[in-house]
Formats: sequence, C-alpha cells, structure tokens
Amino acid sequence: MATPLKRVRGLGAARHGTETFWRQRLTAVANVPLVIFLIWFVVSHAGASYDSVRQSLSNPMVAVLMLALIWSSAIHMRIGLREIIEDYLHNKLCKTSSLMLATFFAAGVAIASTYAIMKISFGG
Amino acid sequence: MVQLTLPKNSKIKKGKEWNPPAVDAEPDRWREYRVYRYDPEGGENPRVDTYWVDTEDCGPMVLDALLWIKNNIDSTLTFRRSCREGICGSCSMNIDGTNTLACTMHAEDTKGAAIAIYPLPHMPVVKDLVPDMTRFYAQHREIEPWLKTDSPTPQKEWRQSHEDRDKLDGLYECILCACCSTACPSYWWNGDRYLGPAILLQANRWIEDSRDERTGERLDDLEDPFRLYRCHTILNCTKACPKGLNPAAAIANIKRKMVERM
Repeated sequence: MATPLKRVRGLGAARHGTETFWRQRLTAVANVPLVIFLIWFVVSHAGASYDSVRQSLSNPMVAVLMLALIWSSAIHMRIGLREIIEDYLHNKLCKTSSLMLATFFAAGVAIASTYAIMKISFGG
Repeated sequence: MVQLTLPKNSKIKKGKEWNPPAVDAEPDRWREYRVYRYDPEGGENPRVDTYWVDTEDCGPMVLDALLWIKNNIDSTLTFRRSCREGICGSCSMNIDGTNTLACTMHAEDTKGAAIAIYPLPHMPVVKDLVPDMTRFYAQHREIEPWLKTDSPTPQKEWRQSHEDRDKLDGLYECILCACCSTACPSYWWNGDRYLGPAILLQANRWIEDSRDERTGERLDDLEDPFRLYRCHTILNCTKACPKGLNPAAAIANIKRKMVERM
C-alpha cells in the first residue's frame, strides 16, 4: 500500500557510482594501447619457439605492460560483469551470489596471470 | 531473471476485423489500422483489432485516424489526447514500431501497409492505448522539478543572463510524453530504480539552471548506480523523442558534472 513516491524513493540514493563510472572509462582508455601492444606481441611472436617467447616475456618492459593489461582488463571486466548482472538478474539470492562469483572470477584471472608473468620474469 | 516474454494473461490474440471495405471500394482510399485492445476488467487477454479508415474523410495524422475510428466505428476504443499539436504529450503511443505522438505522426510516414498501434511499451495498461503513468510522474516529483533557492527572493524576479538562458534550450521543451523512457531497455528492466531518460533530462534542466542554488544537492540525489548510472548510452531515447530533444546528451552532462566534482 506504499505510495508511488515512497516506492520511487526506495532506500534513497546510494551516493556512489561515479567512481566506478570513472574507473570503467579509465580502464577502457588504458586498454586501447595495451590491447594493441598485446596484438603486436602475439603477431610478432607467431611461430616463435617456446624459449624465445619466454625470453621476451621476461623483458621488464614487456612484463610491466602485460601486468598493466591484466589488471586493467580484470578491473574493467569486473565492472562490466556487475553491470550485466544488475541489469538482468533481479532475484536477490541469484544476484548477490553472481556478483560474488564475478568478483572471484575476475580476481582469480588477474592473480593467476600475474603469478605467471612474475614467474617467467624472475625465471622461476 | 528479467522477464523477456509476456506473461500468460498478456499474450496477444487475434481480434475483430471491424469494417472491411467493400470489394469494389476505391483502391488506396481505405487504410488498415491494427490497434491493441485490452480491458483489464474484462478478464480476457489483449487482442489486436483491425479497423479500416476512410482517408478521404479523415485528417492526415494518426490521431485523426484514431478519432475517426472512435467517432465512426468503435466508440469503446480508449486513448489519451488533448492538444492535437505535439504540446501536451498525452497521445504518446507506439506507432509502427516507434514510440511517438499520434498527433504529430503523419499516417503517410509509416512504413507498412497496415499501421500497428500499441500502448507505450513495458508500462501497465489501464485500457487499450492508455498506459499507467503513476510511477513515471512519481519519478518526476522525486527530482523536485522546481526552482530551489536559499538567497532572499528578489523583489522583482530571479535574473538570468542570455547565455545562461540558452543553456536551457533543448531541455525546457520536454513535454513528459515518456516516449524516450519507454523506449529504453534499461528502463524496461529496472524502471523501479532507474529514473529513465525523460526524468534525467528534466533533472538536468534544473541542474543547468543558473538561478537554482541546490545543484550539489540535486547531484547527491542522483548519484546512485541505478538512478543515474543504469544509463548505458543505448540512445533509443534520443531516437524516439518526438520533439527532437537529446536526453542521452542531458544524461551525459549529469555524468560529466558528477566526475567534475569527484
């Protein structure tokens, strides 16, 4: 029996969201040169031997750019997944668990990829 | 999950064909209209009725045709209309697949041979082409669409420069017909929390008003992952607006201001 205004006001404005919005734009901009770099790296190493790719990845410049790409993409992916889940999943339990899984997935991808780059870089 | 299919009681069935023209009727004189009909009190599913409008006896706009049908064929057909010149926003509906005003939509400009007319999408239907706008109006009330000031009221008027007044062009003309909001998928899926393009354009109208002294407070009330940031720049709103306004640009302006004050 709530009035329409009461329903529209709900729990009030969350007073956040701008930082996420800005972070999404920032990582999108960062991803442009980083993905171009990744494409260049993959194309230039097409047909190269395993050892030669390992050696290139252990170059500090390449490793730093790869790490930047991994984290920028993972943050961007996490924000994007959240947007999609909030758009389409309305069941509270389903929505909350999906948001948690999306976070775990993005963090897992980023941590595992970081570990791999570090291992190659430091010659492990 | 978001509901992508119509519930059982909303599935549309074939309706009645009211006045098919005679076999020897003048060609091109009669235009076919397929109109959504629904009466929640009747307990029956919605249907699409077919009417034939005598173009020689009827004005050129789609609203003229609806009035012709109501006056000559079926007086139970229900729709809103008032000004018949694109000022009041009452006759907004989905015509030929696009949300627009029936009074400014020329029947000749529609693509198909038959003109399909439905109520604004994803709104509860009161009857036939009349949607329930209660939530939409409550959302408009929520943004407090009036001048808010703390300075003592001037004796004569709140003054505004020509340049500042120009900033309201493209915003003040909104007639709240809801064509944009009901064309927005984000508003379809999350209309209970997302304010939608029409209301955000109105909010921007007050944010941009040089005389308003509560800009920060207005931005505070909009800063929310749903109220504002559910806009994904799909741009259906700008495409649909029958007044040629750009709600997407207005929303972008609000987002820019949010970032500016970060």
